[in-house]
Amino acid sequence: MIRVEHLTKNYGPRVAVADVTFDVDKGEVLGFLGPNGAGKTTTMRILTGYLPPSGGRAEVAGFDVATQSLQARANIGYLPETVPLYPDMSVRSYLDFMGKIKGARDRRRQVDRAMEKARIAHRAGDQIGKLSKGLRQRVGLAQALLGDPPVLILDEPTSGLDPRQIIETRNLIKSLGGEHTVVLSTHILPEVAATCSRIVIISNGRVVAEDTPENLDRRLKGAESIAVTVRGPREQVKRALTGVPRVLSVEAEGSDGRPANGLASFTVQSEVGADIREALAKAVVNGGFGLMELRPAHLSLEEIFLQLTTTDAPAAEVAA
Amino acid sequence: MKNLWAVALRELRSYFLSPLAYVVIALFLALSGYLFALILANGRQASLQGLVQNVSVLYLFIVPAISMRLLAEEQRTGTIELLLTNPVQEWEIVTGKFLASVLLVIVMLGLTLLFPLFLFIFGSPDSGPIITGYLGILLQAAAFLSVGLWASSLTQNQIVAAIIAFALLLILWLSDNLGQFLGGTIGAIVSYTSVINHFQSFPQGVIQSNDVIYYVTLILAGIVLSTLSLQSRRYR
Repeated sequence: MIRVEHLTKNYGPRVAVADVTFDVDKGEVLGFLGPNGAGKTTTMRILTGYLPPSGGRAEVAGFDVATQSLQARANIGYLPETVPLYPDMSVRSYLDFMGKIKGARDRRRQVDRAMEKARIAHRAGDQIGKLSKGLRQRVGLAQALLGDPPVLILDEPTSGLDPRQIIETRNLIKSLGGEHTVVLSTHILPEVAATCSRIVIISNGRVVAEDTPENLDRRLKGAESIAVTVRGPREQVKRALTGVPRVLSVEAEGSDGRPANGLASFTVQSEVGADIREALAKAVVNGGFGLMELRPAHLSLEEIFLQLTTTDAPAAEVAA
Repeated sequence: MKNLWAVALRELRSYFLSPLAYVVIALFLALSGYLFALILANGRQASLQGLVQNVSVLYLFIVPAISMRLLAEEQRTGTIELLLTNPVQEWEIVTGKFLASVLLVIVMLGLTLLFPLFLFIFGSPDSGPIITGYLGILLQAAAFLSVGLWASSLTQNQIVAAIIAFALLLILWLSDNLGQFLGGTIGAIVSYTSVINHFQSFPQGVIQSNDVIYYVTLILAGIVLSTLSLQSRRYR
């Protein structure tokens, strides 16, 4: 439904988006994840035809966004980051105007349906300027949903909402998948884990990772890691742990001399797919040390995100 | 065309939802009524000639107030992004906005029809010059609004847009002096750009093609420049 190939955008000498490539299939909800200023909004503006790309190309619903902009735009519902509304209009007249612009057939019914979906129907007659931030966001969402566009592009749809509204909005977006193809940008991690079937992580204008939340988690680790806490002399324990088969590395946590009451903590990396917990336990007990704790160390999506976006890891290295 | 009308009607509605339209119209009516009464009392002639020639001065202040928000506000609030990411083209937005502002001025001038009505009740004025006079001030308003529209496309700030529009209109007024100073062919060309040389004949009942061409050129220039200005985001 959406194809992005080697997309590049420069603002003068500054590179906002560099060689971004990804695909979104019909009915998929794609999470576009990255810190502020990573190039998310620029990419979305190119997809929606607001800005032309400096290089590469993008296609939405089979139409090139640069050369067949009007046709592409007709297939997109877009919610920009700062929800653009006319504060002096009522919700209904605003949506009616947007319906006209979108060329929606049977406008009244379409407006009603969009308001229903975005749960704003009960405030249809209210002036937009007098609505709360959360309600305005819903009006913006209703606008994007108007006319049932096959592609929805939502730029930070939950920013500025309270926790309950965030959950409601996420559920709504989730329910839109399948029928619509959704691209959603955010810098909040749990959001993508909660709503998206696939994630593209972008940093400094480059794609640094792309996969399902689960796969991403697995692939990025590249190895299984286990946290072990043992009572015993640090160096000896380390030697014992390193001796266990299929162990790749043993890293001592904390600096030397610090372990309280003779405890030493380690992170043990093993080959993928190898469960070495029993072997580790045996090695510790056979060495005459006291096993205090042994658990799989889980690198959360949050840590992966930080790792990817703070170090300049090129995509190839990460994918290895 | 459908989009153009949608934009124009929304804009017109927005004018009347805000106090701006009422303030501007009230101000214009008060000032033109004052001028009408004063000129009538002094000249004792059943004609609108004096008033029509003075409306141009009122436009200097009224037009920037009407045109300042047209595109500046949409750029400030980001609604321009909303419009341009839908199947709408820049020229449709620009022309729609222009049309809305002209419709507002038509409403405003419509209310001044009270003045000639008085003349017809209490005297017997020549209707020809009154009709051409109105045509002249309508054309002039449209030309000025188009200039103001362009000013509004250049900034996100309404006040700045109003000041630029005022400055541009003032230049159109004063270029005649420069033309006279320069003299010769160049002076004639510079003088031609001055609005002073294009509103005199309408209230006398004469429609000169060079005046009409002048106004239409200004209108088209404003619309084209505004469209280019909206498109310029693509090259930044």
